[in-house]
Amino acid sequence: MTNWFYNLTPNEQFAIFSLLKIVIAVFAVVLPMVAYSVVAERRISAWIQDRIGPNRVGPFGLLQPAADGLKFILKEDFTPAYARKAYFWLAPAVAMVPALLTLAVIPFGSKLGSQQAVIADLNVGILFTLGIVSLSVYGIVLAGYASNSKYPFLGSIRSSAQMISYEIAMGMSVIPVFMLVGDLNLSAVIEYQKNGMWLILKQPIAFVIFLVAAFAETNRLPFDMPEAESELVGGYHTEYSSMKFALFFLGEYAAMIAVSAMMVVLFLGGWTLPFAGLNETATSLGMGLLQVGIFIGKLLLFMGLFIWVRWMLPRFRYDQLMDIGWKRFVPLALANIVVTAIYLYLTHGK
Amino acid sequence: MEILFYIFSALTLLCGLLVVFNPFSRNPVTSAMFLVLTIICMSGLFVLLKAFFLAAVQILVYAGAVIVLFLFVIMLMNIKEEERQRFRKFGTFLGAAAVAGLAWILVTTVMNSRTGERSVANNTGETKELGELLFTNYVLPFEIVSLLLLVAMVGCILLSKTSETEEEAE
Repeated sequence: MTNWFYNLTPNEQFAIFSLLKIVIAVFAVVLPMVAYSVVAERRISAWIQDRIGPNRVGPFGLLQPAADGLKFILKEDFTPAYARKAYFWLAPAVAMVPALLTLAVIPFGSKLGSQQAVIADLNVGILFTLGIVSLSVYGIVLAGYASNSKYPFLGSIRSSAQMISYEIAMGMSVIPVFMLVGDLNLSAVIEYQKNGMWLILKQPIAFVIFLVAAFAETNRLPFDMPEAESELVGGYHTEYSSMKFALFFLGEYAAMIAVSAMMVVLFLGGWTLPFAGLNETATSLGMGLLQVGIFIGKLLLFMGLFIWVRWMLPRFRYDQLMDIGWKRFVPLALANIVVTAIYLYLTHGK
Repeated sequence: MEILFYIFSALTLLCGLLVVFNPFSRNPVTSAMFLVLTIICMSGLFVLLKAFFLAAVQILVYAGAVIVLFLFVIMLMNIKEEERQRFRKFGTFLGAAAVAGLAWILVTTVMNSRTGERSVANNTGETKELGELLFTNYVLPFEIVSLLLLVAMVGCILLSKTSETEEEAE
């Protein structure tokens, strides 16, 4: 580091480091990950269905994202005549942004050098993520409204009801986690897990509810009612083409990465592994990078699960989906809160 | 920090105005979207007051759920008529009068309380302090509000249930 850097005020240094973390985390890590999860999805689906999948572009088809991206840009960007133009343009951006914003509070490692490996260490981290995730419904709703046609409209109506229902289950499922941890900060959640059991073992019900709600929130099968190719053509993105469609498509994967990261932090101990000193705050840069690697490894596990489930399970019927959300998961989450409260009262109460 | 306060309050006011008084569009969906922006700006103001919990909950509950339900209803209704409607003089006058009255009350209240008299504690934004206050000093209002919400919820369920049985009877 050069001298000018040390002459800056702490605030300016903080701003520079934050900017660096944002640029590196989003553009160098998350966006390529989004691109390659599309390839992974296609390869795994091919493998499940006993096909070969895309293997022509580059070694093992690894340059497929470049080919896909080029194709998306070169396709005609068509706007239907009766679409509401302003919303039609706004919707794809609104679909993409919340997923990337969520990543701001995820602690993806312990320390890199002297810097904490998290972009914004908010003390209400989880509420922030839930709030931002709840905004992601607007992309879909606006897309359906802007398209001004039947199928997208149905898709967006479904999605607004579905996402609100599962947000409630999702929000309630994490409450027991924070009752145990005693803090809403995500770094504190990892701190709690690094010397004890991972929360997936202490709160398996919370984990299951959160996992299922995550599928619903990201509109993945078996909850992809807003899209539902077989009944709604393409759902909310029927009228979209070219890069605008690509933004919806990539937004879905970015949202999957975001909820996977949340699950890793909340239930799988974040960047820790319970051996070889990997559950301690890193002292060297190499160790720090290794812990970031562990975090990404766990995250990829969840991405694999998302993809695997999509090609294994059929879609729910809409009333079944609402039944599971409201009549099963919400009461179950409430019961979980009460049981955890009783447990805490008996062990830590006066 | 001061400049941020002015930016957020200006944006809040502007977006709030555009919710009810948008000269470019009479579309209810546009109004709802400006309401979302208003709420996001307001949560920015909460952050500046170090009330992080309120800021997050503001976005989570209002922007994330309540207005989505607004949109849901707006989109299910036939809104063509509202779009054709122009501004009515009487409505505008009433609205302006109501705003002026509220503004007058607000200004007199602000003027009457001397600075530093009722300063807020620094850590009210912390989730823990907020929870403790809710369950000690303010437990009665809190429970009353909860009860009110419960009643409203039961009422909603009752209303939707009767319409369902009527359909079945037909």
